Amino acid sequence: MTLPGAITMLSYGFVIDALAAGGIVAVVAGIVGFFLVMRGQTFAGHALSHVGFAGATGAVLIGVTPFWGLIALTLAAGLAMGLLGERVSGRDVAIGMVLSLSLGLGLLFLHFYTAFAAQATSLLFGNVFSVDRDTVLTLAVLGVACLAALALMARPLLFATLQPDLAEAKGVSLRLVSVLFMAIVAIAVAEAAQIVGVLLVFTLMVGPAAAAQRLTTRLSTGLLLTVLLGLGETWLGITLAYQTDWPSSFWIAALSGLVYFASLGPTRFSA
Amino acid sequence: MTAVSLESVALSIGGRRILSDVTLAIEDGEFIGMLGPNGAGKTTLIRALLGLVPAIAGTIRVLDAPVRRGNPAVGYMPQLRQPIGDFRLSGRDFVVSAANGHCWGRLWPSRSDYRDTERALELVGAAELASRPLTETSGGERQRLLLAQALLGSPRLLLLDEPLISLDPRRQHAVIELVLRVQRELGIAVLFSAHELNPLLGTLDRVLYLGSGQATLGSVDEVITGPVLSRLYGSAIEVVRLNGRIFVMSDQYELERGEHLHDPAGRHHHA
Repeated sequence: MTLPGAITMLSYGFVIDALAAGGIVAVVAGIVGFFLVMRGQTFAGHALSHVGFAGATGAVLIGVTPFWGLIALTLAAGLAMGLLGERVSGRDVAIGMVLSLSLGLGLLFLHFYTAFAAQATSLLFGNVFSVDRDTVLTLAVLGVACLAALALMARPLLFATLQPDLAEAKGVSLRLVSVLFMAIVAIAVAEAAQIVGVLLVFTLMVGPAAAAQRLTTRLSTGLLLTVLLGLGETWLGITLAYQTDWPSSFWIAALSGLVYFASLGPTRFSA
Repeated sequence: MTAVSLESVALSIGGRRILSDVTLAIEDGEFIGMLGPNGAGKTTLIRALLGLVPAIAGTIRVLDAPVRRGNPAVGYMPQLRQPIGDFRLSGRDFVVSAANGHCWGRLWPSRSDYRDTERALELVGAAELASRPLTETSGGERQRLLLAQALLGSPRLLLLDEPLISLDPRRQHAVIELVLRVQRELGIAVLFSAHELNPLLGTLDRVLYLGSGQATLGSVDEVITGPVLSRLYGSAIEVVRLNGRIFVMSDQYELERGEHLHDPAGRHHHA
């Protein structure tokens, strides 16, 4: 893109809103996802977004804004997963069943409210250019709350993730950590779904974090790299979508996948 | 000072009685080897000394005080787990995660947490290997990092849960030497649980043998005898001594070696 082209792009309010929303979510989902990847709970995160789909479509049926339906149901499911602990959140089959049940329910709700069907695509795959100023503000407030909560529990969370037996012996309640963390994940998932849709939440929550964890041995560097990769993939994806008129979620997913698979290369050979 | 004192202690897990009426005292600075068949309660006893399993009868005192969870004077090395995910986290970041890792409201380890980590790493001779990713360390090297974690703070009592599991004889020997050196240097008590007696012969001061809900503490010559072990196993046991090694036999089968093979890759379950 030429410099005048970039200036033209940035003169549009909807582009600025898209970049702002994408940036906020990239940071929040990236950092939360970093811990999610470390805990080996990425599939649980993926399932939460599908629960959110049922929440969003159900909310429309009863006349509530989809975003709040989405966040209410992901939060409820996140808390339930945290409470049930390893009994459920580590079980692929149980999570997979919850995932498909939620999609099925979402489909049923859509069926009852046919006028809403046009929006189904944007719920499933996101549309960052349709984000308005109010949504940006909501995303920012929720994002700050998410990161503040994560900062407060950072050390017990890390301890319980890396050394659960020792953490428990030192007085960390593994269940409390698990419940609080899944609640934070639920909000981050709801945020990510606003940008890339419920089906592509992985691209923002897991892609950057998983790539960063392949590339560094330091925790601090890993977190920083996750944020940088997430921001880069999101902003470049939005720019490419503006240029090509292809869906933004496609570009973000493509960049996220590209970076992740590239990250597998160098260390696989040197290790 | 008495490191551990049990008075008529009974322990049970999920309604199943594990130990009954156990009375014993471990003195400060003693190296105790804890042996017994699978399910005899070695891990349960360790968890009771950590304050994670309450005694259903009797009194447990640790370092002259009632047992309590999170006692900083008790160091604990859980059984080795396979690291999850493929985060190439450095050994140093792994160890420091346990330094006051139970504290809420702190984002990062403090300077003194890092100092304590370096001290513990030096103590086990792991300062150099701690720069390497955890995923690229051998089982023996990872045991050294776990031991460093157990030595954070200033423990007066070390509880080591099966540190020899899934190590070859040469590495087993290195771990025992290391624990013995650290124990002598710090003058602390060690409770070292193991499947096999022979690697620990010559190192342990006394042996604690669990079986059939009972526990016997004494010198090797007192405890590892046909009559005592027959009582603990609840079947006829013969003890054969050969070239300074001791074989515990039941109907021609060597018991300890057989036990060892049943345990898959050191995974442990809180049954």
